Amino acid sequence: MSRVHQSLAHDSAVQHVTGRARYTDDLPEPKGLLHAAVGLSQCAAGRIMALDLGPVRNSPGVVAVVTAADIPGVNDIGPVFHDEPVLATDRVDYWGQALFAVAATTVEAARRAARLAQVTYAPEPPLLTVDQALAAASFVLPPHTMQKGDVEAALATAPHRLACELRMGGQDHFYLEGQIALVLPQDDGGFLVYSSTQHPSEIQHKVAEVLGLPSAAVTVEVRRMGGGFGGKETQGNLIAVLAALLARQTGRPVKLRLDRDTDMELTGKRHDFKSRFEVGFDDEGRILALDAELAARCGLSADLSAAICDRAMFHTDNAYYLPAARIHAHRCKTHTVSNTAFRGFGGPQGMLGAEFYIDEIARQLGKDPLDVRLSNLYGPGRDTTPYHMQVEDNVLPELMLELEATCRYRQRRQAITAFNAQSPIIKRGLALTPVKFGISFTVTHLNQAGALLHIYQDGSLHLNHGGTEMGQGLFVKVQQIVADVFDVPPAWVHLSPTNTGKVPNTSPTAASSGTDLNGMAAQNAALTLKDRLAAFVAERHQASPEEVRFEQGEVVVRGNRLAFAEVARRAYLARIQLSATGFYKTPKIHYDRDQARGRPFYYFACGAACSEVAVNTATGEHRTTRVDILHDAGRSLNPAIDQGQIEGGFVQGMGWLTSEELWWNEAGRLMTHAPSTYKIPTARDVPHTFHVSLWERGENHEDTIHRSKAVGEPPLMLAISVFLALRDALASLRPHSRPKLDAPATPERILWAAKALREGR
Amino acid sequence: MATISFTVNGNPVTVEAEGRTLLVEALRQQLGLTGTHVGCDTSQCGCCVVHVDGASVKACTVLAVQVEGCSVTTIEGLAQGDELHPVQAAFREHHGLQCGFCTPGMIMSAVDLLQHNASPSETEIREWLEGNICRCTGYHNIVKAIDAAAKSMAGQKIAAE
Repeated sequence: MSRVHQSLAHDSAVQHVTGRARYTDDLPEPKGLLHAAVGLSQCAAGRIMALDLGPVRNSPGVVAVVTAADIPGVNDIGPVFHDEPVLATDRVDYWGQALFAVAATTVEAARRAARLAQVTYAPEPPLLTVDQALAAASFVLPPHTMQKGDVEAALATAPHRLACELRMGGQDHFYLEGQIALVLPQDDGGFLVYSSTQHPSEIQHKVAEVLGLPSAAVTVEVRRMGGGFGGKETQGNLIAVLAALLARQTGRPVKLRLDRDTDMELTGKRHDFKSRFEVGFDDEGRILALDAELAARCGLSADLSAAICDRAMFHTDNAYYLPAARIHAHRCKTHTVSNTAFRGFGGPQGMLGAEFYIDEIARQLGKDPLDVRLSNLYGPGRDTTPYHMQVEDNVLPELMLELEATCRYRQRRQAITAFNAQSPIIKRGLALTPVKFGISFTVTHLNQAGALLHIYQDGSLHLNHGGTEMGQGLFVKVQQIVADVFDVPPAWVHLSPTNTGKVPNTSPTAASSGTDLNGMAAQNAALTLKDRLAAFVAERHQASPEEVRFEQGEVVVRGNRLAFAEVARRAYLARIQLSATGFYKTPKIHYDRDQARGRPFYYFACGAACSEVAVNTATGEHRTTRVDILHDAGRSLNPAIDQGQIEGGFVQGMGWLTSEELWWNEAGRLMTHAPSTYKIPTARDVPHTFHVSLWERGENHEDTIHRSKAVGEPPLMLAISVFLALRDALASLRPHSRPKLDAPATPERILWAAKALREGR
Repeated sequence: MATISFTVNGNPVTVEAEGRTLLVEALRQQLGLTGTHVGCDTSQCGCCVVHVDGASVKACTVLAVQVEGCSVTTIEGLAQGDELHPVQAAFREHHGLQCGFCTPGMIMSAVDLLQHNASPSETEIREWLEGNICRCTGYHNIVKAIDAAAKSMAGQKIAAE
């Protein structure tokens, strides 16, 4: 029987509901444990004139304090470019930057002491915004351009032309489990690190580099995270490194758990963008040329901004064919925290820009935006992206028409028009938008994974792979994949914590690729062992290996049925190796970044959403009254898990676009550093009517694991439909208007937009 | 330091704690009951919800000394041996969890809701959960799980009568 395509519960569901699931802070505390806290800069930009840590050292319970001077190796935690210090040396570059770390006998003693440093700064005027950085030509990396066709000529001859600009805010991850690491010195001079991380291998490398040790001296382990969303791809580096420095200094185990406010000040977020478009189009709204200029606030260092901005550029077409396109992106350096990966990784910012310029075209022509969307979709003869990749498996034309019919878009459009005509204050809006999200790390070498599988003599299996579990259901999916190879109950496959000592050189669990990569690697390991067992059983029964079948926990050959456990035991006695590694690398992909040309993506994950909103144009308050989603998860490995990813991703995207507003004061201090001022959606803020369906016809045309499609990030971008439905509601205030509405569309911004429309601006 | 005696999940306990020690610290650090989580440190996210004398409270808001003589129930005390409480079973059955970090607090809140209102409407469930943040699920399956638990508990009650 098939063990995949089944809606199994999350592998840790029972542990979760009983409180037995252990997160890093729940691990039994080792003897002699010290607790750490971080001293933060209270200045956004400037030189450090004096740093007096005497009061910190003398505070009750303090055992050790470390500064940059105590770093034996390299003072750097940059994941790609080496431009981000662990601890500040002679200057600070954002408010909240780490200056020192302290270890004390209790959490409270450490946190109290961390506030006692006497620091004198020579402050400089900080660059806080994209505009300030652009004006000062302050960049973390050079700009990059993708180009296809003659954009100037196509724009010049286009029958219609418009220019538009959109600003979109960043987003805090607000993983419920904050950043944390627990570091234990080992008797050989090495360190064992428990870290809440999506990237154990990078934690390993960074701890080793900062401590001046070989990578092999550091082992990193993580069983589960309480959410990641990209915020634990690189941002765990600092936490683990600081705990390791203190553990090295004291020779004692050290735990560093950031309190929430510190977490929000000290760690990176989604990039905010300013995007400008110049677009030429015909009478039907078909685009002839696009000139796009994106600018992202990267913060003080590059972190992952190169790839994030590239991904924004890769998605500036979203699902639409651009005959001629120039996409240019600036990576702005500012005196703010270094922005980082967040679910979608630049894709949402690129895609929101695309849906915005399409919406502008429709409003300028007085057309239903859905018609303009449909007429611009990729199709036969119109299938090359701005980075010269051919769109092969183009499911959106069919999928969108299906959703248009099932959600009764046209009838509801008529009803909303009629409603708005007689409702002066409450306005309704509707938008149906697609998502086409490229799957693969665009940094090609990251598209590899490893797994390790053992069969014990009693037939139980022990599985390990390089992926990390952050709630997305990776572990249960890979468990199903391995169980399917042997046709044994998934519970026979024991899941083990991700550990750099078992599978080395792993890629981050990111880019929605966790299952595609690790599932294949684990399947390859399982197939190796299956082949060994089949050959062994065949030889014992004078059969060929092809005759041996694995069925429901048994091995069948020539009419004999042997228990799987019995086969394992006999294989052991016959000295058959019952342990195997598996490896996978994604085929077909290649990309020449200098030429901005190639096939960066193995395939695209697609979906569409139709959102309806009601807006009180006198107060700016709004509700999302109904959402219909049709999403292509290919042949879903676990439909319940995938459906959960879609629902959760959509609501997280709604938060990004409607309520979650990061706000820095003029001095450069983040003032929204707790859920009291930073509005995370709660159970009442979500769509009142919420229909989510997996596309039944979905099947990956590429040879992915059981023909499934990645589903981690793409659904977040379905929430772009909510933003455009809000814009649609506002547009009803004045015929042929193009409302000025930036993201997030908070009640204030909606009110300003409504006021401007009423005043004819 | 104060000596505080109370019961946790039916067992009498005594802890030594400072006046400012939070209940959540006493539960996690002194009693090893790590199922009660700290998410935001400031009593907003709801990961720390436990019951004191049957009513849900945020254990990041309550001082340990305040529970002197009280009966405290944590997520670890909800199941009867291996048999899950109906709300726990429903969260598992209806996929009302992903990363699981908010789950203990969600379940403790939901159990209290059902004590007050045995058959809440969807709106009432959503209103009750205002103090519990989930960042993964979008709440859809959480609401579904609580609704299903209410129905299953009503069924059990009828069967018992």
